This record gives sequence, structure tokens and C-alpha cells, in this order.
Amino acid sequence: MRQDSLLSIHHLRTRFHTYEGVLTAVDGIDLEVYRGETLGVVGESGCGKSVTALSILRLLASPPAEIRGKVLFDGENLLQMSLDEIRQIRGNSISMIFQEPMTSLNPVLTVGEQISEAIKLHQGVTREEAWSKAVEMLRIVQVPSPDIRAREYPHKMSGGMRQRAMIAMALSCHPRLLLADEPTTALDVTIQAQIVELMERLKEEIRTSIVLITHNLGLIAEMAKRVAVMYMGKVVEEAPVEDLFLEPLHPYTHGLLGSIPWIGRKMKSGRKQLQEIPGMVPSLLEIPDACRFHPRCSRAMEICRKEEPPLVQKNGRRVLCWLWK
Amino acid sequence: MFQYVLKRLLSTLPVLLGISLLLFFMLRMLPGDPAQVLAGQMASPDDIKIIRHQLGLDRPIFIQYGFFLSRLARFDLGRSARTQNPVIKEIWARLPNTMLLAVAAISLACLFGIPAGIISAVRPYTWIDYLFNSMALFGISMPVFWLGLMLVVIFSIMLQWLPAGGTGSWKHIVLPSFTLAAFVVAFITRITRASMIETLSQDYTTTARSKGLKERVVIVKHALKNALIPIITVVGLQFGLLLGGAVLTETVFAWPGLGRLIVDSILARDYPVIQGTILIFGLLYILVNLVVDLLYAYIDPRIRYA
Ligand SMILES: Nc1ncnc2c1ncn2[C@@H]1O[C@H](COP(=O)(O)OP(=O)(O)O)[C@@H](O)[C@H]1O
Ligand SMILES: [Mg+2]
Repeated sequence: MRQDSLLSIHHLRTRFHTYEGVLTAVDGIDLEVYRGETLGVVGESGCGKSVTALSILRLLASPPAEIRGKVLFDGENLLQMSLDEIRQIRGNSISMIFQEPMTSLNPVLTVGEQISEAIKLHQGVTREEAWSKAVEMLRIVQVPSPDIRAREYPHKMSGGMRQRAMIAMALSCHPRLLLADEPTTALDVTIQAQIVELMERLKEEIRTSIVLITHNLGLIAEMAKRVAVMYMGKVVEEAPVEDLFLEPLHPYTHGLLGSIPWIGRKMKSGRKQLQEIPGMVPSLLEIPDACRFHPRCSRAMEICRKEEPPLVQKNGRRVLCWLWK
Repeated sequence: MFQYVLKRLLSTLPVLLGISLLLFFMLRMLPGDPAQVLAGQMASPDDIKIIRHQLGLDRPIFIQYGFFLSRLARFDLGRSARTQNPVIKEIWARLPNTMLLAVAAISLACLFGIPAGIISAVRPYTWIDYLFNSMALFGISMPVFWLGLMLVVIFSIMLQWLPAGGTGSWKHIVLPSFTLAAFVVAFITRITRASMIETLSQDYTTTARSKGLKERVVIVKHALKNALIPIITVVGLQFGLLLGGAVLTETVFAWPGLGRLIVDSILARDYPVIQGTILIFGLLYILVNLVVDLLYAYIDPRIRYA
């Protein structure tokens, strides 16, 4: 472990106890997020990206969720904290941006109220001070006429404006870690580009560490330093962003990247999405034996069907695959 | 806002007119002769004729309705065929009792039903959820007059804590309002639970939690406020029913309200009082709906601009 690790996830396992059985959405993953760094997380939908982010802040209802493992934030295990302690962290040291700006803002409260309540809570300022800070945050995320917008309800705003408001809310207490769960996925392409630009700029200004979950490879290329690839609840590969794009080791990563031409780091945002991989993602209730990717893998070998793949470390990269043993 | 209220008020006029028309003709279609009832069994045909003339019942029916409407416009609902008092006076004497009982019952029902629904939604399928659910079921499946009588037996006769009937002090309202609330509370508990389970699973609730808000704030400020629309709808509906339908309870507890008045009037074929009371019921119902609509707009900004 490096010295400047901010978030350190060990063997995180999140299971849901459902009527159909126990569903392991996150299956013993290890991740490190360093200070000031952006870690990209990619993978097909349903592979456990959101559950990972929600598990970090313990935002999953439990039951049905059961979270195991260690999530060290600044050396302290978030999973062992009391509810009061974790509430001190939420929205303050660690905050979150969600995928759906249409549904993640409360329709019956003004945007200003929703931003200022976190400020008031964590910074112990008066209502008025919190409100003016909220307006200031809206200005920072480039919402036009922020003092008027603050008094409006979310339904009066476009998707892009709402996502700006969400970002303002998430950054209002200067978090040290931002969990951004597909922050641009629900937006159309031009708006996506604006939001990406905004996040890029803010990242430089506030020097927050970011866990960036996205389908958007352009966004990963522009913002992330390292990338973790998830498949069915496991991190199957982790690598510095250039290495991953230039030479994906895991056949799954290969499939995801498809035949994208990789031209330097300046891939235009919003263009490149993850590729479709042939075959269906199996149900989490029927996880394939041994390597869980083998039924869809074009390079599957005999051993892939028989034994769990080993974790191979190679030049600062990690891959969970028999090919590299 | 003022314009909205005015528009809503004006739009109730045709509804009222419709009620009055329906009512007037439906009553005329009932078997039985009000003049006969008023005159009694021993009256001669001539007596009945005179009474019929006094009541205007010998005129063509459309003229009768015309008179009825023009008086209505002057808040003159006619005189009771039974007591000869102006109908409006008869109603006015009982309206406060009915209102008092309805308000007390609905308040009690909300006071218990809304927190019970919230707790059930926060802890679904736990013993407390099942407990509230069974209590609600118990309240709704109990015949009102039976529950009323049981309460009288226990609290008036055995314990002698509360009067068995009549009006006069706050003690008199306790048993009838509990009886009514027991029935209504189930609806409020169920809708609160369903509505809260829905809003508690919404994305904005997760957003609220992700800000570090206390669970109490998440539940009340973020989830409950969104759940209020269906709750208020049911409360309004039930309140409207209480205003017009507490007949059994009013009978059991000898509570002099509009429910008793209308039953007595139907038995006596006292057309003017029946008409007047039902019209007042209609008016109250419309008013309750108006208040509910205004509350919608107050709670949900999306309705304000719609
Ligand atoms: N509350 C829940 N109850 C049961 N299963 C869940 C719940 N939340 C997520 N899951 C399951 O966990 C898996 C991972 O979901 P998620 O993390 O949302 O995927 P994604 O990578 O697209 O964000 C999915 O199979 C999903 O069905
Ligand atoms: Mg997701």
C-alpha cells in the first residue's frame, strides 16, 4: 500500500438476501484510491459498480444488503463506524453524484434548500449563510442567475442544469472523495461535454479524489489516471489508463474496448462508449464455476472452466486471468 | 393563488346546481305523500289538500323546482314540514356538532394513522408493522354500532368515566370520536404506509441520506413531504364521508348532528329538510375537495404550475 492512499477497499463483499436467493453483487474486491487521484471504474451494467459506491457510504438498506470486508477512509474503517460517525462523513468528506438527475433531486424542495441543508449540517453555519453559500456553489457550477435558480424547484430545470445542481450539492462541503456514479450517462451528448468540462475544471480547483463510474471511455481517458474493470462483482483488471487502452490484458477488457483506435490521450469525450460483448451476462444467482467470464470468453482454456483464475500482478497492473499466469 | 381559489370556487356552482336538480327530482320519485305524513293517519282528504297547497305540492313540478332554486339563491331552504322551523335553522343547530365530531375523529385518526403508517413503512414486515396492520384491520372490520356499544358498556357503564351519550362537555365527544376514528384510521394507516414505502425507495431519498442527514430528517422532510399527496386525498375523502355519514355513531351516542337529522327527516318524509341537508352535505364535500386541492398546490410545486 502506498503512503498517500485515501480510500482503501479490502475484500469488499456485498450480498443481497432476496426471495430468489442470496445475490452477490460485489464479490470480494480490492481497490485503492490515492489522494487527488481519479480512479475510473468501468464494466457492463449490472456488474456491481453502483453497489460498490453505495456500499462505501453504507447507503444500501440492510436488510436486504449485507456488506462485508473493510473500507478504510484515511485509515478508519467506514464499515465499523457508528451511524452517527458515518453521517459525519457523508456529504462532508465523501459525497456522491448519481446517474439520474431527473430523480435524484427532491421534487418538493427548492434546489437552494437541497444544497444548503448539507452546508448547514456540516459547517454549522446559519440558514442564511448556508443559503448564500449554496447560491455561490450554483455560480461555481455555472448555473445562470444562481440566486433565482436557487429558489426554484427541480422540475423547472433541464437535465443538465439539475446535474450541475447535483454537482454543486456534492462539492458544497469540499469533500476529499467524490463518488461519481455515471454522472453524464443520462445526459445528451452536448450537455455531457459541458458537464465533463465542468468536472475537469473543478477537479483541478478543489483537488478532490474521485471514483468515476462510467460507460464513457472518453470521460475515463480525460479524467482518470487508473482504471478498474469490473465483471460480475469482481475487479478483473486494473491498470494505468494508458496501459489499459493500449494493451488490455483481460479478454473481457479487450471485448469492452473493442476496436477503438487509441490516438494519444485526446479522445473526444462523449463519443466512445463501451462495446457490446457477445453473449449474455449470466444471472448473479447462477454464477459460472471457476472463471465467471469463461462462457463468454473467446480465449477460454480448459483450466478456466475448472479453477478460479489467479490474480496476476505485472508492471503495476493487476489482472484476474489464467492467460497471464 | 387568489385567482386559482376564485376559479375553483366558481367552478363549484354548476356542481351544486346539478346536485340540487338531481336531489329535487329523486325525492319526488319516492313513494309516499309528504302531506299525508304531515297530516297524520286521521286527517280528512280536505285537510291533506290544504296542507298540500301550503307546501306548494299541487303546483307543476318544474315550478316547484323553480321556486326551490330562487329561494336557494337567497339561502332560504324552506321550512321543515315537521317542525315548521326554517330548514336553515334546523341545519344550523346541528352543523357545529357534526363538524366537531368529524374534526375530532379525523384528527384522532391522523394522529394515530400517519405515525403508524410511517413506522410500518420504515420497518416493513416486522412485528410492529404487523401489529399496526392488525389494529387497522380490527378497526375497519368492527361494525360501528357494535364498537360504539362496547365502548359505552366499558367506559360509561362499567368504569363510569365518560357519559354514554349527548353533548355538553369535552367528555361527551370522546367515545363517539374514537368510534368513528377506529373506522377511518385503517385507510389512513394503509395509504401512509404504501405511500411512504414508495417515496423511501426513491433516488432522492438516497441523495438525502448521502448528504449525511439524520434519518428523522430524511423521513419527514424528504420522504413524507412527497408522500403527502395520496395521504391528503384519503384524509379529505374520509373527512367528507364523516361530515355526511356519521349516522350510526350519532344514533348510538344520541349525538345531535346532521346524520340524525337526515334520518329523522327521511322517516318523516320531510322533503325540505332532506333537500337542505343533502345540499349542505354537497356543499361541505365540495369545500373539503377545494381545501384538498389547495393543499396539493401548496405541497407539490409541480401542481402549482400545471
Ligand atoms: N437493492 C437491491 N436488491 C437486490 N439486488 C440488487 C439491489 N441493488 C442492486 N442489485 C443487484 O446488484 C447487481 C449490481 O447492480 P449495480 O451495482 O446497480 O450495477 P451497475 O454496475 O450497473 O451499477 C445487479 O444484478 C442488481 O440487480
Ligand atoms: Mg449503476
